[in-house]
Amino acid sequence: MPELDAIDRAIIDTLQGDFPLSERPYADAAQRLGIVEADLLARLKRMLDDKVLTRFGPMFQIERMGGAFVLAALAVPEERYETVAAQVNALPQVAHNYRREHLLNMWFVLATEKPEGIAEAIAQIEADTGLPVHAFPKEKEYFVQMQLEARI
Amino acid sequence: MIGDDIDRALIVATQGGLPLVAEPYRALGESLGISAGEVSERFGRMLAQGLIRRIGAVPNHYAIGWTANGMTVWDVDDAEVDRLGGLVGSLPFVTHCYRRPRSLPAWPYNLFAMVHGSSRDECMAKARDIQALLGAACRSSDILYSTRILKKTGLRIGA
Repeated sequence: MPELDAIDRAIIDTLQGDFPLSERPYADAAQRLGIVEADLLARLKRMLDDKVLTRFGPMFQIERMGGAFVLAALAVPEERYETVAAQVNALPQVAHNYRREHLLNMWFVLATEKPEGIAEAIAQIEADTGLPVHAFPKEKEYFVQMQLEARI
Repeated sequence: MIGDDIDRALIVATQGGLPLVAEPYRALGESLGISAGEVSERFGRMLAQGLIRRIGAVPNHYAIGWTANGMTVWDVDDAEVDRLGGLVGSLPFVTHCYRRPRSLPAWPYNLFAMVHGSSRDECMAKARDIQALLGAACRSSDILYSTRILKKTGLRIGA
């Protein structure tokens, strides 16, 4: 695991939202953290390179623009797991994908610009893998806020 | 429907991340033929409209110490699930909470809540708190731990 110092942790804990929309947003965010712009930029780049951060930027809720997100799962035979993971991940519509411990052992989120893109992606995955896709579209959202502080 | 062609072009340009340069909105504006001010204004509006949830760092939660990540799933009485889902979603440690369709017979669960910890014990303690809230309305449950991130790019729409 990459080592994080106190400033890295402060960046993770305070910059998961509210990034300024000013002319020099990194300078303004750096000032709040008590560091200089160049230091913040260098730390963000390092944490992205080290995969401590998967991204730095806007998180889009594409449903507000007519798109769709759908959680889906596959029961993948163990001996084919890597092949199927590559087939599923190859689709740009697959936003993330996790291995989980269950008979349904591959869980991924499809994100598409148009609602009909979901059915197309599912059909593509079923054709590529020969496995039935279990789709779990959300019927109701009770809460979403994925903001975890650094724990190391 | 919200979002015009320029909004869409901004999504395509930033879905992988903001430019790591001193003036990222100017850099984006230059590539799209609009001013830095218009980029900032559009992002501000998209935030207000909920088309952008937030702008900032997206951590790999494993790398920042959250090594146990459990999708807790519950088979909750349909008559009770919305009331209880609201309560589960308001627990401080639940990061996502949704009602989803069952897929019988293989999948009897209709309530999904994500919990995170530094250990599975910590996740199980949180699941017990959820169980306590659900009480007799819950017929069965499971926790599906993630053991590997296979992909985590986020949204990718075409140019």
